[in-house]
Amino acid sequence: MESKVEFQFAGLADFLAMNGHGAYVWLAYGVTFAALAALAAYPPLRRRQLQGELRRQQRIEQRRRQVGQNKAAAEPA
Amino acid sequence: MEVSLAWQWFHRLGSPRWFYQKTGAWLPWLALASMVLLTVGTAWGLGFAPQDAKQGNSYRIIYIHVPAAFLALAGYYIMAISGAIGLIWKMKLSFAVMRAAAPIGAVLTFVALFTGAIWGKPTWGTYWVWDARITSMLILLFLYIGVIALGRAFSREQAADKACALLALVGTVNIPIIYKSVDWWYSLHQPATIKLTQASSIHPSMFYPLLTMVIGFYCLYAWTLIAHTRILVLQREWRTQWVREALEAGK
Repeated sequence: MESKVEFQFAGLADFLAMNGHGAYVWLAYGVTFAALAALAAYPPLRRRQLQGELRRQQRIEQRRRQVGQNKAAAEPA
Repeated sequence: MEVSLAWQWFHRLGSPRWFYQKTGAWLPWLALASMVLLTVGTAWGLGFAPQDAKQGNSYRIIYIHVPAAFLALAGYYIMAISGAIGLIWKMKLSFAVMRAAAPIGAVLTFVALFTGAIWGKPTWGTYWVWDARITSMLILLFLYIGVIALGRAFSREQAADKACALLALVGTVNIPIIYKSVDWWYSLHQPATIKLTQASSIHPSMFYPLLTMVIGFYCLYAWTLIAHTRILVLQREWRTQWVREALEAGK
């Protein structure tokens, strides 16, 4: 029941070739990890977008307030 | 006493704000765990696990195919149960979890189908067959996409949530069909390798890397589900003061 864990290939070229199955194996792993990376990357990117949106809204509000104040100063009635 | 405490916890859990503040600290740990497990599992499965006697090296796709398929199914349970809780207890957070689970489930189902198709070419000589297991997985993908599309079709969030929950619940009919498909209509897809009730038909030298990958996928699922739900919470509670403070503080 003693099973050794050792590298199964003679070298890098052998590892990449996978006895002729290399293209299938590497394509499957490549697409999988790209998909998983996209899932992981979406929340922080979207969050940054939301932060930008909040800052934009705040700037608009501030400008509106300033315009209101200037108007009040210009029309002393 | 115990019961009332449990209810209190349940209600707190339903509060989007509480969820957002509580889960922020978990994300880096879940991310770390999934990255370590997936890296170790991938290296082990690709380089160190022995070759399969019949399939050669193409079998190494199993280390991503099986975990992705597991989580595609488990993710459907999570989506449907969250929808049911949302419908029954009108819990806002539960609907957010349901809506976040849909794109993640769709991606995992796609990964299971895609890796399966690639694995099929050298093993069965074809990328695609209308086998019961494969067809029912394709229906699962359509159900996930249906929930995403339905959610976008409504302008009112509450109506969208209810419609998505109903579709998700109706779609659960498909889940036992997927599980049983390999036994009921035995065709090309091989029966399950790992069984809970009896010994697995897989050698330990192949089982341990597979187990590592399955746990890694579970961690990744928990991580992305929480992260996507948090984003939905921010969008849904956009008008509240705490969301503005959280975004300004960069938390």
